Amino acid sequence: MNKIQEHWDMEIRPGSNLFDLHLKDLWHYRDLLLLLVRRDFVSFYKQTIFGPLWFFIQPIFTTIIFTFVFSKMAGISTEGIPPPLFYLTGTVAWNYFADCLTKTSTVFKDNATIFGKVYFPRLIMPLSIVISNLVKFGVQFLLFIILLIWYLVKGEPVHSNMYILLFPFIVFFMALLGLGLGLIVTALTTKYRDLAFLVTFGVQLMMYATPVIYPLSAAPAKYARVIALNPLSGLIETFRYGFLGSGRFYAGYFWYSVIVSVLIFFIGLIVFNKVEKNFVDTV
Amino acid sequence: MAIAIKTENLSKAYQLGEFTTGTLSQDIERMWFRLRGKEDPFLKIGETNDRSVKGTSNMVWSLKDIDFEIEQGEAVGIIGRNGAGKSTLLKILSRVTSPTTGSIKVKGRIASLLEVGTGFHPELTGRENIFLNGAILGMRKAEIKRKFDEIVDFSGVERYVDTPVKRYSSGMYVRLAFAVAAYLETEILIVDEVLAVGDAEFQKKCLGKMSDVSKGEGRTILFVSHNMAAVSALCTRSILLKHGTIEETGKVEDVIKKYLSSKKVDTGGMKIFDGTEPERFGERRCAIWESIVLTNQDGLVTDNFLMGEKLKIELNLEVFKPSDDFEIGVAIGNLQEVYTHYLVSPWEGFTSLSHKGKTAVEVELPVVNLFPGSYLINIWICVQGAYYDDAIHNAINFKVVEGKVNQHDTYFERFSKNTQVFTPSHWKIK
Repeated sequence: MNKIQEHWDMEIRPGSNLFDLHLKDLWHYRDLLLLLVRRDFVSFYKQTIFGPLWFFIQPIFTTIIFTFVFSKMAGISTEGIPPPLFYLTGTVAWNYFADCLTKTSTVFKDNATIFGKVYFPRLIMPLSIVISNLVKFGVQFLLFIILLIWYLVKGEPVHSNMYILLFPFIVFFMALLGLGLGLIVTALTTKYRDLAFLVTFGVQLMMYATPVIYPLSAAPAKYARVIALNPLSGLIETFRYGFLGSGRFYAGYFWYSVIVSVLIFFIGLIVFNKVEKNFVDTV
Repeated sequence: MAIAIKTENLSKAYQLGEFTTGTLSQDIERMWFRLRGKEDPFLKIGETNDRSVKGTSNMVWSLKDIDFEIEQGEAVGIIGRNGAGKSTLLKILSRVTSPTTGSIKVKGRIASLLEVGTGFHPELTGRENIFLNGAILGMRKAEIKRKFDEIVDFSGVERYVDTPVKRYSSGMYVRLAFAVAAYLETEILIVDEVLAVGDAEFQKKCLGKMSDVSKGEGRTILFVSHNMAAVSALCTRSILLKHGTIEETGKVEDVIKKYLSSKKVDTGGMKIFDGTEPERFGERRCAIWESIVLTNQDGLVTDNFLMGEKLKIELNLEVFKPSDDFEIGVAIGNLQEVYTHYLVSPWEGFTSLSHKGKTAVEVELPVVNLFPGSYLINIWICVQGAYYDDAIHNAINFKVVEGKVNQHDTYFERFSKNTQVFTPSHWKIK
């Protein structure tokens, strides 16, 4: 028998290694990633008068409502921070996570027609969503910075500190967590649609289990433990501590969040990778 | 010659029926079997994919043990009736889905065109969409930039390149979309019936471009089509699929001949009558039906029509006894044999077939006003007042897909149980 090993550029087989994430492919399609981000951004404000200004509207109104309901009516502590600033911090950070999660959790469903017609590394889509949302987050973050400076100039008791340097990492781990959860959900929704309903509803509920509208210190001791189990708590608390100097830095919670985020991200990657090959047949 | 694509025992199973009920328990059961290293119990029953025969299991092999090799620079046409597994094969080759068993080995980059304009965003301009679509098809940005002018030139929509594509006519949209695909530089190109779009002139241009690609540039092409003329013009070799297995491979002429001659073949808008039709009546003394061909307004032979489009029926017959007193009839009805249209030649003043021998009669339905769905055609010929001379029940089937009948949004599914015909009407306040 002729035993010369022939060279093939690609082999299409039924199953694949769980940990083969097609990173080389992903790199080849990096231009697509950027073009998709551009598409999301451009198509968002086409035919609008205010364009990207619309990114401001939602956090501003949420902040106003939160200030009114939770601070004025319910009287929940904001640890001495001016309530609008306190709620805007939480809202902006929370929104980024929530958008990453909800948008990536429908990737397979939303892109079924494209995925059914052409191959490109499926991971490009959720990645582009995370980056698109980062643009949106950036714009909203600007709003936050403006408000922060305004209060600093006014001489309100806002004390930004060294932990501000953790900011890029906090955003990164929030993205990882949102993406990871989103990937898991989207992979499962290809077969069990029920999860899609759970996500929109669950994200709303989850906000109340995260110190967004209240500081961790204001939670009763027996609930504080449960709230700290939520990997977002450590991130959002640190975020607020760095910029506003409210509360304190919970090192344990922070590291817990980091580890859980990374773990969930990898689980998400593997599950997503497993499903992407055949989802076209079931979705 | 080196081999570009090689498949070994390629198979793909699909689950039929509803997915929701019992999936979770079935999944757990399958996982349990796999964990113990046993064969998947739901895959055991190997049934070929014949949709007209009711099977015993709800797993079906859409492709079963496909083995073939394609050499570099070859243009291969894949043909077969609907449901033979052509699309499944293309989907696996283009990595949209993966095989159940077996493998495909490939040398070189593959680009697949299962559809033109995948990922086009209506709000973006032509320019932006060229880049986006090109990137989706696997091109790098620099590559697209280099070919940008050629792409625009080929598409012929230069003036509109900075206009959002939602304002394009459907023809312009398709031209632009195909142009992007035409400039892909992969070694292997997989093309599904994308040529069935655009006007006749543009189709010719596309065919020409594809033939340049395979003959001029030495790239490998896999082409799936119902259009036999296009397949034979473009391809040198052909693979005929039937019920998910390879029925025949070889030179394109031989395979097409085999395909067309096999009985009960659904050739997509064309049927040759050989006397074995199950429901055929009449003595055939004055004339005999030979074939029926359905064409759309672009002159393409097809069994798929858009609502609002023209439908031409070409009836080929042989006249034995010329007469000025013929009645030719065409009845159109749904598959439950509820008839919606009777086209009877004397009503339109057409009664004369004065030449002995082969004659072609064309009937034109100016507007397809049928609701989306499947329809059948009965044809008959007789001398007026006499019994059918030759009548064929269910001579051919065709499909109608939703299309624009006016400038408004229409929706028909809600009513299609009750009726099948759209009639235009005028509404106003009086």
